[in-house]
Amino acid sequence: MTYTATTPNQSLNDLALGETGILKDFDMPENIAEHLMNLGFVPGLEVMVARTGPGGNPRVYRVDGTEVALRRDLSQCIAVRPLHDAESLHDAAIEVE
Amino acid sequence: MTSPATVPFPAVAKGSPVYKTVAMVGPPNAGKTTLFNRLTGLRQKVGNFPGVTVEHHSGTYRFESGKEVCLVDLPGVYSLNPKSEDERVTVDVLNGNMRGAERPDAIILVLDSSNLNRHLILAGRVIALGLPTLVLLNMADELHKQGGSVDVLLLARQLGTPVALISAVTGEGVDAVEKFLFAAPHPPEPLELPIFGDPRHCREWAVRVGSHAGYQRGATPEWTRRLDSIFLHKVWGGAIFAIVIVAVFQTIFSLGQPASSFLQHLLDHIATILSNMLPPGMINSLAVNGIWKGAGSVLVFLPQILLLFLVIGILEDSGYLARAAVISDKVMARAGLNGKSFIPLLSAYGCAVPAIMATRTIENKRDRIATILIAPFMTCSARLPVYTMLIAAFIPDHPVFGPVVTTRAVVMLGLYVLGFVMAVVTAKVLKSSVLRSRDVAFIMELPPYRWPMWKSLALRLMDRAKAFFFRAGTVILGASVVLWALTYLPMHNGQPPQIADSAIASVGRFIEPAIQPLGFNWKIGVGLLSSFAAREVIIATMGTLHGVDPASHAMDLQEALKSDLSPAGAIALLVFFAFAMQCMSTMAVVRRETNSWKWPLLQFLYMTAVAYIAAFVAYHITLQYWS
Repeated sequence: MTYTATTPNQSLNDLALGETGILKDFDMPENIAEHLMNLGFVPGLEVMVARTGPGGNPRVYRVDGTEVALRRDLSQCIAVRPLHDAESLHDAAIEVE
Repeated sequence: MTSPATVPFPAVAKGSPVYKTVAMVGPPNAGKTTLFNRLTGLRQKVGNFPGVTVEHHSGTYRFESGKEVCLVDLPGVYSLNPKSEDERVTVDVLNGNMRGAERPDAIILVLDSSNLNRHLILAGRVIALGLPTLVLLNMADELHKQGGSVDVLLLARQLGTPVALISAVTGEGVDAVEKFLFAAPHPPEPLELPIFGDPRHCREWAVRVGSHAGYQRGATPEWTRRLDSIFLHKVWGGAIFAIVIVAVFQTIFSLGQPASSFLQHLLDHIATILSNMLPPGMINSLAVNGIWKGAGSVLVFLPQILLLFLVIGILEDSGYLARAAVISDKVMARAGLNGKSFIPLLSAYGCAVPAIMATRTIENKRDRIATILIAPFMTCSARLPVYTMLIAAFIPDHPVFGPVVTTRAVVMLGLYVLGFVMAVVTAKVLKSSVLRSRDVAFIMELPPYRWPMWKSLALRLMDRAKAFFFRAGTVILGASVVLWALTYLPMHNGQPPQIADSAIASVGRFIEPAIQPLGFNWKIGVGLLSSFAAREVIIATMGTLHGVDPASHAMDLQEALKSDLSPAGAIALLVFFAFAMQCMSTMAVVRRETNSWKWPLLQFLYMTAVAYIAAFVAYHITLQYWS
């Protein structure tokens, strides 16, 4: 288990293409946060930067079995804990029993 | 577990369905509408709930016995949070608090079986409402293909409702609906359901329920990822996007335009026959020039509307539209809009009417209204004949860059640019003032690529055509009869007046002082008024005013126009047409789509004011340099 050195407030926007992080929390109006959670952005889940579209913005994230495109300004408001490549949590934070 | 299965339903009551009204609920992209179409076929209609812009479809499901039940297809929702309009409407309908809608007796909840970890949260909230509920896990075929599975009996036991694994596309397992509708009413047993708890707990609950039912999610289809690595590629993505746009454009222009003009010829031909059949007089004129031509001005839009919706429908159902929104988002952001506005605005170059109807894919109401308000600034095909005639009459044909790019081409291009620039400026103003949406962001779910289904495409096309025809058509027909009356009155000795003596000419003279500063006389005023039916009508009106048939004597009309307009006045008229909302079809559609007269009236006033000021400025600048 090796974590990369993290700044206290690392955002989804700081993850590079192909990198994975664990969702922490959202710094945005409640209804947007709620919409994101409906789409699978739930704190504790893994999120991966799946694709950078033409122009580099928005980027596509893979989360909870779906892919969702977000603009960079929004992804900046989502705090994550970067996850090292070797590490695999498999929904560990969510695993029940 | 490999084939779609249902849980045993409670004992079947008598021989008829036990419910009158059943609501269909489910998240977007779960195939709810596909199932609705399968169950109701052509027996469906669209409606708006009073006071909201949310639309719903209702239809009848007919049993073999001939008995019927009413199905209501509610908007796709992820949750039952009353903060979003769609979700509030859903909650209100389900609780019987929606004016004009009966409280449903039961709910059919359609979930995507590939996404149960998320969708079961919605199931928890819907079941908690206490109505008899059937939970359908749709896209069973995809789940199995991707190696996933779920035990519906175990899931049903935990949810306390019947559960069935179905495929709305192939029809597998859909008979569960009939069984449910015939079974004795069976309200769900009260369960410990997380209703509005912390999202993390809700999800934990959903995952726990799913895992107790042996739920295994399938892998994302490999070919969706492969296609995305092409369609969202840094270089190829943009190139393919450009090709798709050119293809959409090309379809509208190369197929839609000729179809529209063919239809126009056909309608004119029928008008002639009609006119010969009826005895001459007022009835004849009303029937031919008022009603038939009015109906015709609705009909001629139809080929373009259908084509555009076919193309957009294919893009939408295949999943490409979501990718196109992602690709165009960066550019649209500069105008304060987002990628979802791109396709509607592109369509507006063909015709604003289908473009405004296409804004339905924009979920954010403010962005949608902003898009509706700027769409008519795009140079639609009805402006082209007007531009062509005025340019040919007034702009000398001098080469500018080489032999191809002439002054005329530059003016034409300039008019396209003018409209586009005004659309961007308007969008920026709107999005930083009345339609500012601080709290909405661009969030785009990318569904897996799928083959479009012809049946749902066809049903949607019918739906749009019907909506346009009946809602917009009535307004257009009414306005066109009023215009006819203005040209037919006042009568002299039972004869209609010369157009110069008609009521519309009086109106033209009445507004003349207002349009004189733009370099227009009363005849141009009459042309402007008549062009409100449709922009290109001004050509026919000017022809009538000068006693020239524009079809056979285009040159004569161009000469005649020079007596009405100075070159500066012609430039002003071009600019006026670039900006003014001279189209009652567009207004009627805006009214329908925003469900109020407020927006179309504001839009009309705004666009007319912009057109007036810009034409005034253009007139006076041109007078300085070219008179």
